[in-house]
Amino acid sequence: MFRNQYDTDVTTWSPAGRLFQVEYAMEAVKQGSAAIGLRSKTHVVLACVNKAQSELSSHQRKIFKVDDHIGVAIAGLTADGRVLSRYMRSECINYSFTYESPLPVGRLVVQLADKAQVCTQRSWKRPYGVGLLVAGLDESGAHLYYNCPSGNYFEYQAFAIGSRSQAAKTYLERRFESFNDSSRDELVKDALIAVRETLQGETLKSSICTVAVVGINEDGTNEPFHILDQDAVQKLIDAFEIVKEPATEAPAAAEPEGADGAGASDAAQDPPAPAAADEGAAPMEI
Amino acid sequence: MSRFSPYDNNGGSCVAIAGADYCVIASDTRMSTGYNILTRDHSKIYKLADKCILASSGFQADMKALQKLLAARHLIYQHQHNKQMSCPAMGQLLSNTLYYKRFFPYYTFNVLGGLDNEGKGCVYTYDAVGSYERVGYSAQGSGSVLIMPFLDNQLKSPSPLLLPAQVQP
Repeated sequence: MFRNQYDTDVTTWSPAGRLFQVEYAMEAVKQGSAAIGLRSKTHVVLACVNKAQSELSSHQRKIFKVDDHIGVAIAGLTADGRVLSRYMRSECINYSFTYESPLPVGRLVVQLADKAQVCTQRSWKRPYGVGLLVAGLDESGAHLYYNCPSGNYFEYQAFAIGSRSQAAKTYLERRFESFNDSSRDELVKDALIAVRETLQGETLKSSICTVAVVGINEDGTNEPFHILDQDAVQKLIDAFEIVKEPATEAPAAAEPEGADGAGASDAAQDPPAPAAADEGAAPMEI
Repeated sequence: MSRFSPYDNNGGSCVAIAGADYCVIASDTRMSTGYNILTRDHSKIYKLADKCILASSGFQADMKALQKLLAARHLIYQHQHNKQMSCPAMGQLLSNTLYYKRFFPYYTFNVLGGLDNEGKGCVYTYDAVGSYERVGYSAQGSGSVLIMPFLDNQLKSPSPLLLPAQVQP
């Protein structure tokens, strides 16, 4: 590839009209471990694969709560992701302070995108090397956005980023048409199956993945953004591990029963989890 | 020609009493200006954290501004520390916030009540510019001069004027 001449700094165009530094930044996103997002009319689910550096270390946090109604999953340079999460949290706090209402998700992603764009047009800066899946709820419903290092952002029904995300995307492409009407539990299950696709044969365990949900319940109360408890996630995994991707024929009749069983136990599990977390150490994390 | 005053006194009083493993915080709900009642149903109490409640009397606009500021600061704290602020920590934050405006103060007379790190009741009482002290009980606001002597009488020490219990034969 003869692109080495035009890739020294971000403010140099190539003759073909490309900014190589920005494209290299997008590569960094592809190298990070997978993150997946899906949305229905009322809920958004984020899931990610947590790969630890070594057996001795803990794994990096890739899902961050930004506000009660917004959360983000990152892939790529997690340090950049952490800094951007802090910026997003700060923006949400300032907006709530001024307007006494939650920051609409669409506004936040535009601010984030503009911030990323600045780094593509300054010679003394470099692009952020992180892709963000922003999941949020506002007056216009549930939203899932993807923010790139280039400063672009897109809204999605479902998306996957990071390494081996293509496998997850293939699964999501097959199923996405039904997501809008999915229940919360079906959405979480689809997220876990999509995560499993990226593992390429490795067993899916709750210790290597993190799942987070935000949404509106059927009774109209909000389910604030929170990361699901590991045990709850493991129960869901166990419930569907026996059955593979649901077919549209008779096997689907047996499959929903398993899902309902998992759904019922999950519904019983999840409300206590945020309440218990208040007594524990991490109300913002869980 | 009277000069414009940036302050107003909306009246009312706040009280807090610390118990062994609980704290009671109370306030009246009248908001007034001069001799006029603006509303009979305005709470001066605001929950800042799970174990920390703020009650403020004085100028309600400054009270509202103070509440919003402390709530935002608490959110930032939670993001950074992954836990709620303790009452003593919030106590110090409130003091610093008030002193920050030493030369254009928040016209609020605050009482902070909650549970300390050991789970015991704690009450902090403030002046308008952030001087504060942990006490067993306190009252602030227009009724404080009437309430404090009553609390002193009941809570300060066992009163020698109390009659001993009658022993039934």
